[in-house]
Amino acid sequence: MQIFTCPFCGPRDESEFHFGGEAGNTRPDGAGVPAERWAQYLYMRANPKGATREVWVHLTCGEFFVMERDSVGHKVAASQALGGAEKSE
Amino acid sequence: MTRRYSAFSLFKEGLAGQTGWEPAWRSPSPKKSYDAIIIGGGGHGLATAYYLAKTHGVTNVAVLEKGWIGGGNTGRNTTVVRSNYYYPESVALYGLAHRLYEGLGQDLNYNVMLSQRGMISLCHSAIEMEIAARTVNAMQISGIDAELYSVDDVRRVAPIYNFSADARYPVFGGVWQGRAGTARHDAVAWGYARAASGLGVDIIQNCEVTDFIIADGRCRGVVTTRGEMRADRIGMAVAGHSSVLAAKAGFHLPINSYALQACVSEPVKPILDTVVLSPGTGVYVSQSDKGEMVIGGALDRIPSYGQRGNLPTLEGVISGLLEMFPAFGQLKLMRQWAGIVDVVPDSSPIIGESPLPGLFLNCGWGTGGFKAIPAGGTLLAHLLATGKHNDISRPFDLDRFVTGRLIDEAAGSGIAH
Repeated sequence: MQIFTCPFCGPRDESEFHFGGEAGNTRPDGAGVPAERWAQYLYMRANPKGATREVWVHLTCGEFFVMERDSVGHKVAASQALGGAEKSE
Repeated sequence: MTRRYSAFSLFKEGLAGQTGWEPAWRSPSPKKSYDAIIIGGGGHGLATAYYLAKTHGVTNVAVLEKGWIGGGNTGRNTTVVRSNYYYPESVALYGLAHRLYEGLGQDLNYNVMLSQRGMISLCHSAIEMEIAARTVNAMQISGIDAELYSVDDVRRVAPIYNFSADARYPVFGGVWQGRAGTARHDAVAWGYARAASGLGVDIIQNCEVTDFIIADGRCRGVVTTRGEMRADRIGMAVAGHSSVLAAKAGFHLPINSYALQACVSEPVKPILDTVVLSPGTGVYVSQSDKGEMVIGGALDRIPSYGQRGNLPTLEGVISGLLEMFPAFGQLKLMRQWAGIVDVVPDSSPIIGESPLPGLFLNCGWGTGGFKAIPAGGTLLAHLLATGKHNDISRPFDLDRFVTGRLIDEAAGSGIAH
């Protein structure tokens, strides 16, 4: 069992967490958004091998947050509350 | 020199002291240019090369494999061959693969040990039985064999299942596909490699593609750890690492990579002669010809490129297995491993030209690529030879994510991702 750290609850078992998506994927705004841009937002992913920056949710407390980790070795570098930077990206 | 495998050649070589066998495929040095290059020496890549040479007469072809052939997901799956899908597009695709598997041993002159022992997908409630009836109807209308099984039928094909009154997942019946079964996964890779090599295809192992050569907006070749190679048509069949190569070519794919685990028990005498899948426990199991229980389950829950798997998922799979077959509690687990699979939002593969012209995709098979190898190879070969879609591959083009014409087999046939 790997331990992830929720910025609000502290270290918890991995089974309490759920992957939400890549950080910085912002919903396009306005009526004139072309289908290609919607497809990019909804489906296309960088899916990086190595260092990643992702949004996760801690199912137990319901909070979303950003986790930086390695997608090969699974080592977690940092986890922080979903701040203004991600919201405005 | 013995080239063709047969009972006669085995007898002849027995008399001659086994001195006439030659390696099953050549290991040539890479050339500077080819008519077509295929990245990925798994089942799909090798099958593509074989059908390019056999069906389309294109033999100046290289298959580039970063490790050894069949060492990725082709050597890591649970060897199940089936075609029990819901949508007509999927039935056409997996039905083609299933039919080709049935003649593959003869076609390749290589025993792929196809064993059509049947597969039962269980139902654990009355409501699931109604959905199963709908699935069976859809399959029969599409011309794929399927039968709705009652509890008594299930009891007949899988008598050691947990039918006790207090079972957590009681059986109400299931969907039976009699033509489903298993095949020897390594033999599929080796058989295609041997047949392709015999037709003139260069299979180059330990050759990793590090970049693409792009000129005038088209893919013109690849940079590898064994030098540059040029071709005007390049195919990639690198499941698990599709996004990594796509990034080098300058585009994104609708894929997340996840680990899918499997494990085998110690070998025991024959006790289970079908493939059993329980949607309730998320576990499927069959017994190999050697006697091992080959066990698979759900994806790991953490996006990953680490080919090993995490313990919570393995624990869930084993718990489910023991609920299904309490007698297996006496078995020792012998090996556990994981492969990295391409998970796509609609649980259907991606076949077609990529956003970089000249580069063609065969990816996104999720947890079910092995059963599709002959079709994936046929369709990518068609694309590389003609530059155009076959009717069967057309619905699976990348453009479905823009048009919205998704083929959602997670909803259709209950794929668990």
